[in-house]
Order: sequence, then C-alpha cells, then structure tokens
Amino acid sequence: MNTLGFPILSAVIFFPLLGVLFIALIPSDRPRTIAQVAFWTAAIDFALSLVVVVNFDATSAAFQFVEARPWITLFGAPVITYKLGVDGISLWLIPLTSLLTAVAVLFSWGSVTHRVKEYYILMLVLCTAMLGVFTALDVFLFYVFWEAVLIPMYFLIGIWGGERRLYATLKFVLYTMAGSALMLATIVYLALGMSGQLGTLTFDVQAWYQVFIPPTVQRWAFLAFALAFAIKVPLFPFHTWLPDAHVEAPTAGSVILAGILLKMGTYGFLRFAMPLFPLATQELAPVIAGLAIVGILYGGAVAFAQRDIKSLIAYSSVSHLGFVMLGLFALNAEGMSGGVLQMVNHGLSTGALFLLVGMIYDRRHTRLMRAYGGLWKVMPVYAAFFLVVALASLGLPGLNGFVGEFLILLGAFQANRWWAVFATFGVVLAAVYMLWLFGNVFFGPVKDPENAHLPDLNRREVLALVPLVALIVVIGVAPNLFLAPIQPSVQALVDRVNSAVMVMR
Amino acid sequence: METLLSLTPLVPLFPLLAFLAIVLVLNPNKRLSAAVAIGAVGLSWLLGWAIFFSSIGAGLGEQPFVVELPWMPTGRRLFVMSVMLDPLGAIMLFMVPFVALLIFIYSVGYHNLGQPNVEPRFSRFFAYISLFAAGMLALVVSGNMLLFFIAWEIMGLCSYLLIGFWFYKPSAANAAKKAFLTTRVGDVLLFVGLVLLYSFTGSLNLYEVLSPENIEFMKESSISVAGLFTLPALPTIALLIFGGAVGKSAQFPLHVWLPDAMEGPTPVSAMIHAATMVAAGVFLVARMLPLFEPIEGSWWLGVVALIGAFTAVFAASIAVAQNDIKRVLAYSTISQLGYMIAALGIGGFIAGVFHMLTHAFFKALLFLGSGSVIHGMEHGVHHVEEHGHGEGHGHVDPQDMWNMGNLRRHMPTTFWTYVVGAFALAGVPLVTAGFWSKDEILAEAFEKWTHKGVVSIPFVVWLLLTVGAALTAFYMGRQLGLVFGGRERTEAARHAHESPRSMTVPLMILALFAIGFGWVNIPKNVPLVGNGWLYTFLAETHINVLHEPYEKVPFVFSVAAFSSILALGGLALGWWLYRDVTGDATVSPFERDPVARAFARIPLVGRPLWLLLENKYYVDEIYGVLVVRPVLALSAFLNSFDDRWIIDPLVDGVGKAARGLSAVGRWIDTYIVDGIVNYIGYILDELARGLRLIQTGRLPNYLAILVAGVLALVGLMLR
Repeated sequence: MNTLGFPILSAVIFFPLLGVLFIALIPSDRPRTIAQVAFWTAAIDFALSLVVVVNFDATSAAFQFVEARPWITLFGAPVITYKLGVDGISLWLIPLTSLLTAVAVLFSWGSVTHRVKEYYILMLVLCTAMLGVFTALDVFLFYVFWEAVLIPMYFLIGIWGGERRLYATLKFVLYTMAGSALMLATIVYLALGMSGQLGTLTFDVQAWYQVFIPPTVQRWAFLAFALAFAIKVPLFPFHTWLPDAHVEAPTAGSVILAGILLKMGTYGFLRFAMPLFPLATQELAPVIAGLAIVGILYGGAVAFAQRDIKSLIAYSSVSHLGFVMLGLFALNAEGMSGGVLQMVNHGLSTGALFLLVGMIYDRRHTRLMRAYGGLWKVMPVYAAFFLVVALASLGLPGLNGFVGEFLILLGAFQANRWWAVFATFGVVLAAVYMLWLFGNVFFGPVKDPENAHLPDLNRREVLALVPLVALIVVIGVAPNLFLAPIQPSVQALVDRVNSAVMVMR
Repeated sequence: METLLSLTPLVPLFPLLAFLAIVLVLNPNKRLSAAVAIGAVGLSWLLGWAIFFSSIGAGLGEQPFVVELPWMPTGRRLFVMSVMLDPLGAIMLFMVPFVALLIFIYSVGYHNLGQPNVEPRFSRFFAYISLFAAGMLALVVSGNMLLFFIAWEIMGLCSYLLIGFWFYKPSAANAAKKAFLTTRVGDVLLFVGLVLLYSFTGSLNLYEVLSPENIEFMKESSISVAGLFTLPALPTIALLIFGGAVGKSAQFPLHVWLPDAMEGPTPVSAMIHAATMVAAGVFLVARMLPLFEPIEGSWWLGVVALIGAFTAVFAASIAVAQNDIKRVLAYSTISQLGYMIAALGIGGFIAGVFHMLTHAFFKALLFLGSGSVIHGMEHGVHHVEEHGHGEGHGHVDPQDMWNMGNLRRHMPTTFWTYVVGAFALAGVPLVTAGFWSKDEILAEAFEKWTHKGVVSIPFVVWLLLTVGAALTAFYMGRQLGLVFGGRERTEAARHAHESPRSMTVPLMILALFAIGFGWVNIPKNVPLVGNGWLYTFLAETHINVLHEPYEKVPFVFSVAAFSSILALGGLALGWWLYRDVTGDATVSPFERDPVARAFARIPLVGRPLWLLLENKYYVDEIYGVLVVRPVLALSAFLNSFDDRWIIDPLVDGVGKAARGLSAVGRWIDTYIVDGIVNYIGYILDELARGLRLIQTGRLPNYLAILVAGVLALVGLMLR
C-alpha cells in the first residue's frame, strides 16, 4: 500500500508533462530556455524518483506506493483501473528512466538545433510513457503506455535521425506493432476468459495473478506475449530492427532506446509473461534460454564485424540482453536477480557508450571506426571515460557488469550447466570487440589530421557522464546496495513459477 | 601481534588510494605523483614485512587469520568477501611489495624525471603501476576466490594499460590487446571453474571450499554435459582452474602474450615477469593444490606437470635463438614458470613456491638490468644521431643484442649486477638463490622417479627440466657474451653510459637478494649452512591445506652436482662462443651466429630448424591461421547473414509482401469498398436533402442541438 499518503508514482510519471506544458508556452525562438526547462524537468523528476527509492521497503516483495482509481467503468463495474505500483523488479528502472532522460536532454543541448521545442516536448512525453510502462499494474493501462512509447520515438528517429531515418523508424514501429497487436488480442481474450472465475471483467494484473489459467491457454498466451516482448528485447532472431534504429537515431534517441526501451521487453517477461503463465514459462524456458545464448554469441560475433561504432554497440546490446534473458530464464533467484540488475547495468553502460559516441560524432560527423585512431593523446579525458565504460561493458570485475554476469552465470549453471559454458564464451567475445573498438579509436598514431586538434570534453559533457560512471563504479563495488531490494520480489516470482509446476504434477 | 595481523586488509589499500589520488587529483604534478606512489607502496612494504615477521610462529598454518565482509546476496545465501592470511600469503607479502617498491624507485630514473626528455605521461604510469601493485597485493591476501578473481582481472586490465602504455606505437597497441585477450581465454576457464566449485560447495572461501569433505564430495560427483555425457567433477574443476593459471602464467599454449608484453616500458616488464602477473598463476595453483590430490598424485595433476615441463624446455629452446635482449628474458620467464608449474605438478608445493620467490628477485634484477642496458644504449644511439658519427647507418635498435658488445666497460654496475642475475637464473652452485630453488625441484622429481621407475611422470619432468637447465645456462652465457663481452659492434655501444643511481641502487639491492634469498631454504642435511627454514615455515600451510604432513625431500648430492656441471658448462660455453662474434644486427644470423652456423651445416633440416627456433615455432602464425582468421571470417559471415542475406531480407521481405498486399487492398478499396461507400453516400445524400432543413448555418441552433444530445446521453447513462 502507499505509505507516503501522497500519489508519488503519479507525480513521478506525470511531472514531465508539466514540463511539456511549460515548454509549450515558451516561444520557439528561445531554444536555450526550452532546453534548460527540459533539463530541470527531468532532473526534478529524477529527484522525485529518488523519493520512491528512499521510501521503498527493501524487505517486502509486495507492490508498494500502490494507487488505484477506476478509469473506465462498464455496467457500473470498474473494468480498467488506473493502477500503479512498484516492487523490487521495477524499482531501479524508475530512477534509471528519469536519470537517462535528464542525461540525454543535457547532452542534446549541444547537438539539437532545429525544431528544438518539439524535440524536448517529445523527450519528456517519452519519459512519461516509459515510466508508465514500468509502474502500471493494470494490463490495459500497461498496454496504453506500451504503445504510447512508440509515438515520440517514431518522431525522434524520423525527424532528428540520420540519412536512412525513414526506413529505420518505419521498421522499428511496424516491427514493434506487429508483436504487440497479437498481445492486445491475447489480453482481451484472457480478460474475457477470466471474467468467469473472477466474477467481473477486469484488467487488474494482481487479480489476474490469482487465476489458474489452463496449460494450453498458457502456452499460446505466453507465446503471444513473448513475441511482443522478444521483439522489444530484442531476442535473436527478432533483432534486426535494432542496429538500424540505433544507427539512424539521434544520440539521445539511442541512449533512451538502448537504456530504457529494450528493458521494456525484459520487464514485460518479468511482470506478465512469467507470473501469469508459469507452466508455459517452465516449459518454454529452455527454448528462450537457447535463443538467449545464440543471441549472446551471435551478437558478439556480428558486433566484431561492424565498421560503424554505433552499430557495433547495437549488436553488443543484442549480446548483453541475451545475458539478461539467460538470467531470467534460469528460473532461480541467482539468475533472475542477476538479470534484473543487469537490466540496470546495461542501461547505464550502454547509455553511456551511446552518449560517448554522440560526443565524438558531434565533433567529427562520422561514426566510422577507421576515421579515428590515436584519440587518447588528443582527448585524454574523453578516453578515460570511454575506457571505464567499455570495461564495464565487457564485464571487468570491480565494475557493474561483472556483478550481473556473475550472478547470471551462477544461476544458469544451476539451471543447466551446458548453457552457461556457451554463455561464458560471450564474455571473451565482449572483450574482443570492445578492446578492438577501443584500440582502433584511441590507440595508434593520429592518422587523420582532422583529429589532431579535437577539443576534449566540455563541462556539460562531463556532467552528463559523471553520474553514469559513478553508478557503474558504485554498483560494481557495493552491489548489495542495489541487489537487496530486488531480492524479495525476485524470490517471490521464482517461487511462483516453480510452485506452479508442482500443482500441475 | 594480533593487531598487526588485523591490518592485513590495509596492505593493498595504500597503492589503491595512491592510484585514485594520482588519477583524480595529483596527475599534473609529476614529482608528487611519483612520491605518493612510492610512499604508498613503501607503506605496503613496511606493513607487509611487519606482518610477515610477526606471522612467523604464529600458527597461521593451522588457523589462518580471516576477516569477512558481506558483499552481495546470491539467492538465499549471502556472498562474503574475505581477507585471509596464512604462511603462503605471508611469504608473498615479503616478496611482492618489496620488489614492487624497488621497481617503483627504478622507474623514476627510467622515465627521466627532472630531465628534458621526461616521459610526458609520467604520472599516469605511476597511477597504473600502483593499481597493478594493489591488484597483486589484494590477490595475495584474498581469502575468497571471488576477491581473488577481481584482483586477478584488475591485474589483467593494468597489464593492458601498461603494455599499451606507448599506445601510439601500433606494436604496443597490438601487444596490449593480445595480452588481455589471451589471458582472458584462461580467465574464462578459471571463471567457469570457480562457478562450478561454488555450485558444488556453496562457498568460494578458501578456508571452506578445500575441506576434505568437499574434495571427497566433488570426487564422487559428476557433471552432466547437455545430457549427452558426464564429466567427473573434481578433475574438471581443477583443470578449468588450472586453465586460468595457464593464461596468466604464460604456459603453453597460451604463452604467446608474454614475449610481446615487453612492448611496455621495462619496469612494467619487471613488474609482470617478476613480482605480479605471472606469479599470480603459480600462486593460484599452489592455493588450489588440494583439488589436484597431490599426495596420491592424480592424473590431472600429471597434466599440470607435463604442461609445465614441456613449457620449460619449449621456451628455453626459443630463447637460444632470440636477438632482442628483453625477448630472451621473456622466454626465460616462460621457461622458469614452467619449472614452477612442473614442481607443483609433481606435488612439490614448497619447491614450486620457493622457486617462484627466488625467480621474482633475480628476474626483476635481470629485467631492470636489461632496462638499464637499453637506457644506456638509447643514450648512445641518441648521441650518434646527434653528432653524425657512423657512416649513414639506419636507426640502430637499442634492444638488439647484436648492436651491443663490451658494455661491461661502459656500464660496470649494470654489468656486475647482471652477472649476478644471470648466475642465479643459470643456477650457479652453492651461492645463488636460483641454484637452491631449482635444485629443490630437480631433487623432488628425482626422488619421485627413483621410487616410481622410469616410466613415470616425475622421470619425464626431471629429464625435461634438466635439459631445460642446460639450455638456460647456455642462453644466459650467450647473452652475457653478446651484451657485455668482446668489442663494441656499433658506434652507439661505444657511447653507451651508466644509468643514474635511482636505477642502479635497486639493481644492487636485488642482486643481494638474488644471492641471499636462496639461503632461507638450504636443505637441512647440507652441512654447516643447512636450515630448511622456508620448509618449516610453509610446511605448516601444507599440513593444513593437504591435511597430511609434507614429506621433505633431502638434498641429493648427485642431482645437485649434475645440474651444477650443466649450469657452469652452459654459461661458459655461451660466453666463450659469443664473446668475440662480429657482425651487428644487419648481418644474417647464419653468418654472425656461431650456433646458427652450426645448424646450417646440418644438411636439409639445419637451416629450417634454426628458423623454427628463431620464429618461436611459428605459434603466432599458426594461431593467426587457426584462430584469428576463422573468427574474423565467421564474424563477417554472420554479419552478411544478418544484414544482407537472411534475417534482414526476411524482415524486409515481410514488409514488401505487406506493401504488395496493401496495394491489392488499395485497389479493392478504391474500386470496390469505396465504390460501395460512395454509392451508399450517394443514396444518403439523396435522403439527406430532407434534413438540410435544419442545416440553418446559425451557431445558436447548433448549440441547442448539441445540448439536447448531451442531455439525452446523460439521461441514458443515468438510467
């Protein structure tokens, strides 16, 4: 229940819209003011999300800060409720969303020059929609937010993107919609089916948790949900929208896309597909884990073949998200809590990587690796940030990525050792492509005279990177701080999934 | 004393703080950065020695000192980080910070502090090397394999940064990448091993996992691989962990990174080859020895022994044909690590650890000595290029031994200390540390094979290591002859000069230890000087770790005499053959090198054989064909598969099909659906003529209709 006596989640979700209102009132010929208002909106929203974190009861697996209001009623009964809540699984995704939004907005000050007003409005709307996804406890409400995310992203890529932006944005939207259409149909089907047992038509997911769904229905419903989520993750072989979207998206778009949007997929599995269809989860876990491992190795191998820095990082995301999925579908506490933590870790490190690429792109207007070389000498501060983030991404102990990978592999080993052996080769691949990238960009002599006098990072850019790098280190050194609140909810989910099998037997 | 032991966690902390301080604050000030780094490692040294001396007789073997810190939850269990001190860790605390301190001091002169040609990234160097020392010290005191692994990987990172310190040189950039990736292959094996260990024992604390009950449990368990076949648990885990040591301690077939690692500044080579990195692998095997059942001598322990012994000879044979002063030393390190691994592989726990310790002293001495030689040669090269001596020679490589000669006259301190190091490495009898430790290994192997017969692993080990000892003495004699003997072969060598005191004083101190440290473990049955002190000190650990008393191998006179003859003979032969050679680096080896000439005289196979040695058995090239190129090809293939051939075209195909469908749909829409709609519209239009009467065009009328409609709706809902 909500212990604060104040609808804090609604505040966090809708505060960015307040900023939108403000920005709408500022004339478009004052881009600087608009950008500042956007940044402060996101920053304050981050502060609000910290209120959630601070007041979160880390020992409880229950939903906290719950708000519930009837939204759409039919025949006197509330069918669709405006219901929000947070548990250990979604807790860290909330500050992550507002933080990355703030950082992305801060970065954009230097690189977005046309249609500034629309740009920041879309960024803030996107923030609201994403926060809604992570807090909605009504399946229908979730679906509304889920689809709402697409719209601002569509415009962000389509208007401020690169040369092939129209192809990329269309592919991104159609791909995602194709998956979610089937999910919508399934949601309606399930709601109707469950209304018999529940005595009323409702989309409240907590009510749905109480219902036993027949095994065959579970299987088909799981597949429908899984398709929508797998495309978002993206799970191999549904990943090809990702490199295109990343390469064409503006920097801030890539940061949000990699940092948050992909987590909507994994979150969907955790919140809906797994607890609603535990039997199907058990049954299909080997398939999904198998695809995850293929993704880990495949993404890593393909990343190594890229010449464009952004698409290299995009493929590395395929590999990293494979790790997350492997952890989730190990179906034990170690793997799942590792997966949940790794969602945050990937958001931080890949978000930071895309920011870093954006910074160099703003200076040289190319993302091709071979255009660089020897940058360490030219931009030492930039190189230092890049190095720390790259090392976090390849899972160096002492930084955040290692903690997640360690737990995931620990979990995977207990579930099925064969999986984990393959997955560990992904760790080597990550070192290969990351060091290759780092070496090509920073080592060697300065080949291109254009690179000889690039300015190092300015204060605004450093400010954007510092919180991300600080968190990368803190999570790596003191993981318990972040893992402790995750534990109870993960344990509850693991128990739920595993005990359902015993019912069947 | 208890309080002193409780300070153990601080030992790695000092250099770590120095690293942070230099990186974040101090780096603009070179002098201060160096002072802080040296001060920090100096504190680690003082504390390390204080802890070491107070640990003597403290009974740490039976009851190691342990501090625990909760770190992260894994499922229902809580993972703790822990620091542990036992005799093995304590003796490492004697060696590691001390050697590191000397290397740090040496680096100040090496990087020309206070001179116009000072290294521009001087502070950064001291930051990295401090982190390196912190990593090794943390590894030594870690009581938990996860902390151990973290320290292990941090060293991997430092080696990457330091080998690639001169990153603008492509060779250095490549060497750095190669070092990190090669060792990471081993690291992943180690990691899998540790995870398996954890899943069987539920702990990674050293003082828990290695209990007899756990070993017994793993021995009876098996690991099912995808339901296809099963592997016995204990050997699998032990060999996976050994895989980590193979990478870090540069054993065949993962040795390829170490010779290239000399692309870094020379103090880094000393750090990697002596005090830190490579010792970590041996230390790991020593720590994990109970997994190999050393008392009974398991088959997987035999694998360890054979890999070590093979590497010892393999690398020594390469060293014979190298021309770069540091490359010779690099292969000699690989070879000596082979000795240590082989010693552990025949159950010689103390012999292996003893050799690791003495080797740290004399190999640090040799590397720093070679750095001093190169430093002097660089001065000469610089001098020649400035003053235009030498009739238009190209650039003279200051590391190629063929460009040197007679440096004993120009660099006397370096010469004498180098001789000490070379003698220790070759194992000159009775005085040098290398003799006592190497002899201990050979005696151990000898003892074992005389019990087991000739068809046994100890015999193979003994044979290979004896051959290796002869080769070692020979290539060190060769190096002494080429570098310090005869006449100067280039103008640059004539203008070489002695290094500053900050470099030579560490050499002298290390030289003392390269002799004296051997005396701590002269076997008890040697008359007058026999003490077996290290044995007594470490045996305590041994009893605790292996749960059985360690059988002491006595001094075997015949073995010692034989290896002494090999050492002295090899050194003399090498010196004698190479002292007076002529021809600098520009001359073909078959003309200038007496051994190469001798090889060339063997018909058909002679020359290729020499080239095989000189080119390190072409292992790098073989890996290029077998590993690197297939990986690149596979990655390119998958990329095309992804982007051009299969997956993306499929997606686009679906898109195109949808567009085709929608074109059909549009046709249907336009001509059929719209036709119908239009027709309906037409009919409605006709019907609507009547309704046009209320279409007054006046706003109030519309509002009235709207309100009426809303009221009707509300009424409907309230009903």
